[in-house]
Amino acid sequence: MHGRPRKPSTPVDENASSLKANKIKSLQSQFLHYHHNKIYTEEALKINEKLIEANPEFMTAWNYRKLAFQDKVQALIDEELRVVENALRKNFKSYGAWHHRKWVVSKGNTSTEREIGLLNKFQQLDTRNFHAWNYRRSIAELKNIPDEKELKYTTDMIETNFSNYSAWHNRSVLLSHLMEKKVEGYLQKEIILKEEYEFVRNAVFTDPDDQSGWFYHLWLLDQTVKLDMPTLVSSWPPHGSDINQVTFPIILYFDEPVEGVSSHTVTVQTENDIFKNVTWNPLSTNKFKCAQAWMTHLSIPHEEVNSSKKVQVKVSSEMSDGIISLCGVTSSRPWSFGFTVSVCQNPQPAEGQNRRLSYADESFCIVDTNSNSAGLLTSYFESKTSDYEQSTSSKWKSEMIATEIDQYRDMLTWAESKKIGKLTLARLLTAYDAVMSTGAPDTANVEEVLQLYTELMKLDPAHNQYYKDEYSLALLKQVTSNKESLLKYCWQYKESTSSNITDSLCLRLNNLSLSRIGSFERLLWVQSLDLSHNELHSIEGLEALQLLSCLNLSHNKLSSFMALDPLRFLKSSLQVLDISYNEIGAHTIDTRRYLCSSPMSHTLDYDAKFEEFANGDANLVNFWDAYSIFGGLNLTQLDIVGNVAVDERFALFLAKLLPGLKWLDGEELN
Amino acid sequence: MGELAGEKHAAYILKVEKKKDDLEAVITEHFRINGAYWGLTTLDILGKLEAVDQETVISWIMSCQHSSGGFGGNEGHDPHLLYTLSAIQILALFNKIETLDIDKVSSYIASLQNEDGSFSGDIWGEIDTRFSYVAICSLALIKRLDKINVENAVKYIISCKNLDGGFGCTPGAESHAGQIFCCIAALAITGSLHYVDKDLLGWWLCERQLESGGLNGRPEKLPDVCYSWWVLSSLIIIDRVHWIDKEKLVKFILDCQDTENGGISDRPDDAVDVFHTYFGVAGLSLLEYPGLKAIDPAYALPIDIINKIFLH
Repeated sequence: MHGRPRKPSTPVDENASSLKANKIKSLQSQFLHYHHNKIYTEEALKINEKLIEANPEFMTAWNYRKLAFQDKVQALIDEELRVVENALRKNFKSYGAWHHRKWVVSKGNTSTEREIGLLNKFQQLDTRNFHAWNYRRSIAELKNIPDEKELKYTTDMIETNFSNYSAWHNRSVLLSHLMEKKVEGYLQKEIILKEEYEFVRNAVFTDPDDQSGWFYHLWLLDQTVKLDMPTLVSSWPPHGSDINQVTFPIILYFDEPVEGVSSHTVTVQTENDIFKNVTWNPLSTNKFKCAQAWMTHLSIPHEEVNSSKKVQVKVSSEMSDGIISLCGVTSSRPWSFGFTVSVCQNPQPAEGQNRRLSYADESFCIVDTNSNSAGLLTSYFESKTSDYEQSTSSKWKSEMIATEIDQYRDMLTWAESKKIGKLTLARLLTAYDAVMSTGAPDTANVEEVLQLYTELMKLDPAHNQYYKDEYSLALLKQVTSNKESLLKYCWQYKESTSSNITDSLCLRLNNLSLSRIGSFERLLWVQSLDLSHNELHSIEGLEALQLLSCLNLSHNKLSSFMALDPLRFLKSSLQVLDISYNEIGAHTIDTRRYLCSSPMSHTLDYDAKFEEFANGDANLVNFWDAYSIFGGLNLTQLDIVGNVAVDERFALFLAKLLPGLKWLDGEELN
Repeated sequence: MGELAGEKHAAYILKVEKKKDDLEAVITEHFRINGAYWGLTTLDILGKLEAVDQETVISWIMSCQHSSGGFGGNEGHDPHLLYTLSAIQILALFNKIETLDIDKVSSYIASLQNEDGSFSGDIWGEIDTRFSYVAICSLALIKRLDKINVENAVKYIISCKNLDGGFGCTPGAESHAGQIFCCIAALAITGSLHYVDKDLLGWWLCERQLESGGLNGRPEKLPDVCYSWWVLSSLIIIDRVHWIDKEKLVKFILDCQDTENGGISDRPDDAVDVFHTYFGVAGLSLLEYPGLKAIDPAYALPIDIINKIFLH
């Protein structure tokens, strides 16, 4: 004790002191009784409070208050949990009830067993209650229930009843985590995939019409096929080719959209020099600088141009942490390709277009395989087995897919319902070709794939257009798989209308019932493309074809100006465009609206100049789309007749917008 | 196939609007502002919005606003993002967004964004991608998207992407057509659709169409007219709507009408309500059913309203 003066105690003092002592002794003994018996009533707390006032250093008394507090909280929690359970009994899908439970559980101690027990009860009532599954995930996180344990739970649920999409979904989430976190026992992808393929086979084969296993199987296939990192699959100019222009585009085409292509991550150099200020542009509408195709324009400096020597150009990427996919995977393998530039002494100036270009059959003749343009095509295909670092397709991938193919072929012999069997087989065959691709053309199974999609169109007519799109993609893969098959669709212009247009080959893919286009990585060399008389409603992907100067899209199903958005990226090359006989203006709903640059998606600012241009013409206000697309193009020839949106007024509007236009709908302009 | 009984549905909505004391009205009182949005937008699509007294509606909407700037489901109810969007959408329908104190509302919405980019529905912290959509759509309509961290908002939505290509309420949650609509529309509005695997999601969505022609919300569930909006608008936004049989869906929606008393139900012969009436009519608009105003699949408002807001 401190600070008390020493003096003898008086009888009054001693009396008071003894009274106080008795009082405190009584409080202490009552308190200890309550404490040891875990009694936390109002009365008990009052006793404790008096004791603490008298003796604030009595540690146990403070401990007791904490226990009492926890006890109160526990009572509150238990009461809230009871109220929530009652409400859930009435409606087990109430967002408010589940959130309240989650909120309450975060406030203090709750029994894991009780929560899991409740969830198991709900699972029996409805295996698809996503509120319960979500709550289960949050409890697992809160209580640190290991992923392996939860994975076992999904196994049990599925073994009880495979028709439990929610369990399959949770399984896919847990397995991904375990593989990503490289947890012991989940390190070998091949072993896991093998087991999972067998597991899902039971579900799909037991009832082929039940969708529960379909998407899981597709995920497994994707896990089998996908490359470990974003990869360069194609380029322009092709490796080993020779270019005869001083200024040309360089195109990089990856297997998936990537960010980070810049002069820091990609080097362009000649023997003497590194190009320092190369600007790489992503060929896509979003503002996040992310695209599958990237391009730059390169000009060989005057000093290097020498008619007697070819300039060697090399494009390479060494940096290991620059180019990244959308899921954050870095392209860490170096790649490079090289080509030469040879320029003649006195290059002829490019002529303007002096005659209207026609796509009629009579305008074309068979390709001279010795011509320059045929030469470019050849060098493109010869470069396929080039310096692009190709990921080593592990043998296990093709073996695993081959096993699945056998299983599904067998299934088709005894299953009554054929849809999922045929669709899966088509996907497996396509996947098999993809993983076997090193060197060999990746279309060994394409005939069977085309046959399967044809059968599916009849078998499942409601989804007819889905199978048609897949058919179109497979067909284009087949057409572009090698030089010989591609040359069958290439034609040469008989008459020259201008050297830069008619010297090149025209790839004629008309009248093929194509509802969708693809294989762009094999079409980067194309300068003249005829896609007329097909069923295209979208030209997404064409933006990668930076050399395109002539494009024929007549007699297709383009249903809005927005569908032409990819042409924005072809400003510097496109001269001749035919979009006649489409469906522009015939639809009230535009399915391309959000996939293109527009103010609604905050990817393009509204250009107030449009209003001046439209001159207050009420009708023209509807032509914002057309203004925004055509505004930047440098067309010399345009055909637009046969679209509902096009009338005389619109034609005048376009002529104003395209000052360089010489022919409109076949008529020469003045 | 039958026809759309537009007049009957308009009359049904106006009737429901007037009934405030029966059981149905009382039990839905807490989200009446959502009901108002469904009813009024349906009337506009049917070309019948003038049947409603604009001033009365707007004055009631404003009375639902809370001091925090957010709106409650009805007068005196607590504010929440869900009701705030409906308030803004209704004002947009009437071309009266300027009635709002834009700074106040946008601050309320922005205050509900969390560090990871997600949005809480209100101060009590429930997180769900529905709220991400509501926040983004609201702010875009009042031109204040700059008040939130859009990049983080997008990142959070993407974290809810599943291995089947769909989206759930929170990371790891099962794909559900309603959540998919919210995520896809939010990504559309923020120009971020490149994160979506359109082919994978498109196939998952097109497989929602059942024999009856109707759409369900996820595998092995029953068809419901409301998915004619959520699945359909998602398919339109990612340009895969041609993968379903549109004619069959039109027929399914028309079969869900009560052609005698007006209104549309979740399934043929079930009881009708304003919610399903809206989704049925909006779905038909997306399917280009003749005589209906075109609706925007991302903002869920007539296209002429959206053009007015963004093309000026």
